[in-house]
Amino acid sequence: MSSAAEPAGPPFRGRLRVPSWVGVVPFFVYVAAFLILPTAIVVGGAFAGAHGPSLTNISALTQPYILDSFLHSVVLSAASAVIGAVVGAVLAYAVASGAPNGVIRRVVTSACGVLSQFGGVTLAFAFIATLGGAGFITLWLQEHGVNIYANGVWLYQLSGLILVYTYFQIPLMVIVFLPALDGIRPQWREATSNLGGTSWHYWRHIAGPLLLPAFLGCLLLLFANSFSAYATAAALINQGGIIVPLQISNALSSEVGLAQANLASSLALAMVVIVVVVTALYSWLQSRTARWVR
Amino acid sequence: MSGLIAAARKEGQLNVIALPPDWANYGAIISGFTAKYGIKVNSANPNGSSQDEVNAVRSQGGTSRAPDVLDIGMAVALANTTLFTPYQVTEWSGIPTSQKDPGGLWYQDYGGYMSIGYDSSKFTITSVQDLLKPAFKGAVALNGDPTKANAALNGVMMASLANGGSLDSIAQGVAFFHHLNQLGNFVPIQATTATVKNGTTPVVFDWDYLSAAHGKDVPTWKVFVPPNAVLGGYYAQAISKTAPDPAAARLWEEYLYSVAGQNLWLQGGARPVEMAALTTAGTLNQTYAAALPPVGGTPVFLSPSQATTAATYLDSNWAQAIGS
Amino acid sequence: MNRRRHRRLEPFRTIVLVVLGILFLVPIGAMVEFSTRGVGINSPRTLSSFTSIFSYPDLTGAIVASLELAAITSAAMLVLLLPTMVWVRLRVPRMVRVIEVLCLAPLTIPAIVLVVGLAPLYQWININLSDSILTLGFAYLILVLPYAYRSLDAGLSGVDVRTLSEAARSLGAGWATVVTRIIVPNMSSAVLNACLLSVAVVLGEFTIANLLNFENLQVAIATIGRANAGVSIAVAVASLLFVFVLLLALSFVPRPGSRRRRVRIGVL
Repeated sequence: MSSAAEPAGPPFRGRLRVPSWVGVVPFFVYVAAFLILPTAIVVGGAFAGAHGPSLTNISALTQPYILDSFLHSVVLSAASAVIGAVVGAVLAYAVASGAPNGVIRRVVTSACGVLSQFGGVTLAFAFIATLGGAGFITLWLQEHGVNIYANGVWLYQLSGLILVYTYFQIPLMVIVFLPALDGIRPQWREATSNLGGTSWHYWRHIAGPLLLPAFLGCLLLLFANSFSAYATAAALINQGGIIVPLQISNALSSEVGLAQANLASSLALAMVVIVVVVTALYSWLQSRTARWVR
Repeated sequence: MSGLIAAARKEGQLNVIALPPDWANYGAIISGFTAKYGIKVNSANPNGSSQDEVNAVRSQGGTSRAPDVLDIGMAVALANTTLFTPYQVTEWSGIPTSQKDPGGLWYQDYGGYMSIGYDSSKFTITSVQDLLKPAFKGAVALNGDPTKANAALNGVMMASLANGGSLDSIAQGVAFFHHLNQLGNFVPIQATTATVKNGTTPVVFDWDYLSAAHGKDVPTWKVFVPPNAVLGGYYAQAISKTAPDPAAARLWEEYLYSVAGQNLWLQGGARPVEMAALTTAGTLNQTYAAALPPVGGTPVFLSPSQATTAATYLDSNWAQAIGS
Repeated sequence: MNRRRHRRLEPFRTIVLVVLGILFLVPIGAMVEFSTRGVGINSPRTLSSFTSIFSYPDLTGAIVASLELAAITSAAMLVLLLPTMVWVRLRVPRMVRVIEVLCLAPLTIPAIVLVVGLAPLYQWININLSDSILTLGFAYLILVLPYAYRSLDAGLSGVDVRTLSEAARSLGAGWATVVTRIIVPNMSSAVLNACLLSVAVVLGEFTIANLLNFENLQVAIATIGRANAGVSIAVAVASLLFVFVLLLALSFVPRPGSRRRRVRIGVL
């Protein structure tokens, strides 16, 4: 430090000391205008009745078919998030342990970038063309005597949705987890082997705990991503509103006279509450696991 | 009329919504309008429902992108007349009295009959009950969810009529689909042109004019309208009160209800509302008329209250019936 | 020791990349197969579905608009989010959780409902400020926050922000210098990934643009897709390829400090 070209003076020579909150103002103002305000408008609709504020939309949430759809949504999101996170972490590791500027890394990250946002009717169709009733894998298996749909077409049920959702969850995990893997220092590995530890020790006591906060954060992101996804499910399971976003879409766009915009708002409010609960759980987990990280 | 054309050209654009190119030949209708008058047509939200159109009118009123004209189902039209402005096209008298609002707020445009479209190289269908046979395993789809989409509600109602129900009772139709689902013949996916071409949904309940469009992808596609259940349905046009291009909107309506416009809908397999008047005047395109699917039996139409009753019943029973 | 681990790592990497590569390419292959089908069972393969894409008049306008939106959103994300995250870590550590929750919030609400809340806002903006499709950038910046935050956070957690910034400040560096010349080069992969994700999100966004009656790339694709079945899938494949090539090109943008990374092969 003393070899600096210019004399090192007092840190804030000639500069104003700004209060801490100034730096976060631009962000908060922007978020307040374009996130909080629209959310408040939506949530406000949840408490609006025909003649002023009312709780009918909230109590409408307790109907069995709506509670069922919440259960399905949570199961779908949790399953696709866990599978996506684990497989995505493995793929990210395979990429990160290679040449940092190599072709494979560039190609895989670009492909993951594209595929993480690939969804909707075309993703559903891609799977229908592969595994659907007339999909080429289905037909090929049938020719060889295997009927994967002997007990009903599972592709058009919740299990099929989980499979299709992992198609974009895995690439998303790769992209958001890769920087964490890049942050692994070679010194950690060297230190472990110098102290006589094996790969198992390294992962169990060093790299694992250090990567866990980032992993959990990515898992939460995957959960929320899957929870609010709509278009793919709408193409695969168009009947009955099996998950909450489909119920919301029915409530917003029904053209047979069953449109209830306020019910859509209360469904959205419930979704926000659920993700807040999951985030609180994640926060608690983070405070337990992030002891190692400054 | 020439004053209208000049005013519309001055506006220079027309905003339409939920008019996909493959729906009742709207692709040709839109390009025909632009070619004839030189006015650019901005077509938004091609997959939107009638309710989405009305939502857009409400939420975008005042902007230059708000929809000018609407093509919506009758239930949505009757519930939202406060959003429309009255207008009577030159050919107003050619529209039957029962198919337009006396005050000119809405006017029906084209319609068809609920049908079962199917790939005739794989199946033969002579009655709705044929669908219960084991050959149809994993093959039958509806065009949408009946609690959401007009076409699907009419599909279930048609099944109801064919199974002993009536316009006042959709329960038999729901029971039929429940049975179909238990047999494994019903698939819940959204039937699209791609799934039809790919063979995933070789049997689809849909309006006959929409079903006929699949013929260009699957040459052996046939359209079956059950003789004991001829359920018809018409859509309606309306001009938005807050239209950013009012002259272009009115010119568009004039174009749609002219002989050219009505025959373009006929080309798309739909029955234009002025069909009777055009036949009398001898201006109906006979080639297109001959290509319409044959319909035996007397057509019936759902009244608004019957549609509401059906929707209410579906709201409470559809989800359980198809097992989710 | 390093070499032995390197040798055990190689087959693992190959297996993972090959297996997952095949699994991910199969559905895309099915799409390509479908879009090259002719009409009727035994007609020959054709590329007409792909070539007819270019005859759609509004496509170039939609592509340009989407690219501009992608650039604006990425730049705005870096200008707004990154300095805020660094500042919060240095000066107001208690707010880290608050920022994190706020950045996750856009994902909790499905886009179809978010539009209900955004529509009045956009009505005001379009009447009073501008009617251009670029105003979508305001909403898109919110949409990319969850992904960008997670990416930048993973990168920041590997950087000792406090030490580095104190060192730089004691040498007289201003705030901007700290962020652009000290912090960013140490998390260049995270910054790049955040930009990649932002671009991918904007180019893949459909619902909000559609329901606000704007025509961006995905909306144009949906409209073309209604022309016929083969074209709808062909255009989806073409758009995937387009975004892939774009992201690949972006990954070649030289990252500050990337020269230091060459020693890292096989070290993990």
